[in-house]
Amino acid sequence: MGNIVSIVLTILGALSWGLLLGGISRTVTARIHGRMGPRVTQNFIDMWKLFKKTSSIHHGGMFWMAPMFRITGAICVLLMVPLVIGNSITYNMSFAGDIFLVIYIMFFGCLGMALGAGNSGHPYAVIAVSRGLAQMSSYELSFSIAVVAIAVGLKTFRIEGIVEAQQAGILSWNIFRFPFASAGALIAFLPMQMAYPFGIVLAPQEIPIGPPTEYSSRFLSFMFSGRALFGTAKLILFVSLLFGGASNWISLLVKTFLLYMYPVVVSSVFPRFRTEQSIRFLWFVPTSLALVDLIRVML
Amino acid sequence: MYCNQRPEKPGVKKGMLEKINNMARANSLWVTAYGTGCGAIELRPLGTSRFDMERFGIAMRPTPRQADVLIISGYLATKTLKRVIRVYEQIQDPKYIIALGSCTINGGMYFDSYNTLNVLDKYLPVDVYVMGCMPRPEAVIDGFSLLMQKIKDGRAQGWKHYKENLDYYRENQKKIITDWDLPDYNW
Repeated sequence: MGNIVSIVLTILGALSWGLLLGGISRTVTARIHGRMGPRVTQNFIDMWKLFKKTSSIHHGGMFWMAPMFRITGAICVLLMVPLVIGNSITYNMSFAGDIFLVIYIMFFGCLGMALGAGNSGHPYAVIAVSRGLAQMSSYELSFSIAVVAIAVGLKTFRIEGIVEAQQAGILSWNIFRFPFASAGALIAFLPMQMAYPFGIVLAPQEIPIGPPTEYSSRFLSFMFSGRALFGTAKLILFVSLLFGGASNWISLLVKTFLLYMYPVVVSSVFPRFRTEQSIRFLWFVPTSLALVDLIRVML
Repeated sequence: MYCNQRPEKPGVKKGMLEKINNMARANSLWVTAYGTGCGAIELRPLGTSRFDMERFGIAMRPTPRQADVLIISGYLATKTLKRVIRVYEQIQDPKYIIALGSCTINGGMYFDSYNTLNVLDKYLPVDVYVMGCMPRPEAVIDGFSLLMQKIKDGRAQGWKHYKENLDYYRENQKKIITDWDLPDYNW
């Protein structure tokens, strides 16, 4: 029973935190632009409004299921990562899978989104999906190599094991023990968050908003909540992998907040790559960095 | 995608929940990025740091699917009317129209032109008019404030009026669009 309560609270908390972080990032971006920006609760208001609009447009079965796929993928990732170390209630279902299962499920959510957007039949959505999948296959490579380097170095594939191995002080965090793999993973984090210079999927000036072009009202509301959940899940995963996990709730909030601000700040000051530039960069730079640490731990 | 069914007449909603919904609608107005006339030029500065419409929760959307507001930005040519009708009908309910400039009110400087509509609300339900030729961005923001107040008070009901009086609007639209090839209602 306690576990079910914990799961429900985790999902609601992650959703609220994701939406709030989205609102804060909009304000921060506006301030960097010299604007006042929206209120931090703007994403909650947008989601509520979208949920109360009529939904008379749909394009087939996959179009309906895509937001559900995304939310399911996000929830699975969220529940498989321990939130607070030592607090076994917040471990949720982290016993159920290792880091590779989490990486697979991260892909599953994005794939559902891609199928739904393809089903919508809008040319911009299809272009965005092909860009997104191409880019995903390039950053997944560097991220996976970085994860393998860390897992081999620590001799465990369990996320709990990876977190527990970083509890001997700040210098035992993986970002210091595996600096090159961490750099590769952190570069891969930018396209994961669709941040510039890798924001080729949403690319407002070319393919107005990419995959969700045909999505409206409740569908879009679910998309937003999926994105907020997914964002929080990825933040917690990265905090667990590289930054020593969180020993209490405040530490979790502070670490995820700071990590979230990294793509926001980078995104505000960079222009966008073209598709081939983005993919070429991701194939070479972060992959090479991650490989350095992998070779080091293999030797 | 077309839908050949006539729209159902919307019911009247009241109560505390509807007030909360209206607050959310008023504070999150997404505008279809679509310009019909010279007023579209005056909309661009709204996104910049000088005027910053995002502080009111107003954002541009590239598709009518996701928008709440359609801005008729200045004169509306007879050829453009058909496209505007399609865009308006694809916006999901509730939806609002802001009409900019004298041209939408009485034709303005094009009052005797053969290809410009004179009184917009014969063809589409306008919720807020913003006068001027062209209205400055400050005036447009003032128009948005008025629309937000109307939505909060539950008075921005143009979309309901349009559905309830579809025959009246269609009759007027068909007088202008002689090569009518649209279905009864399209979303």
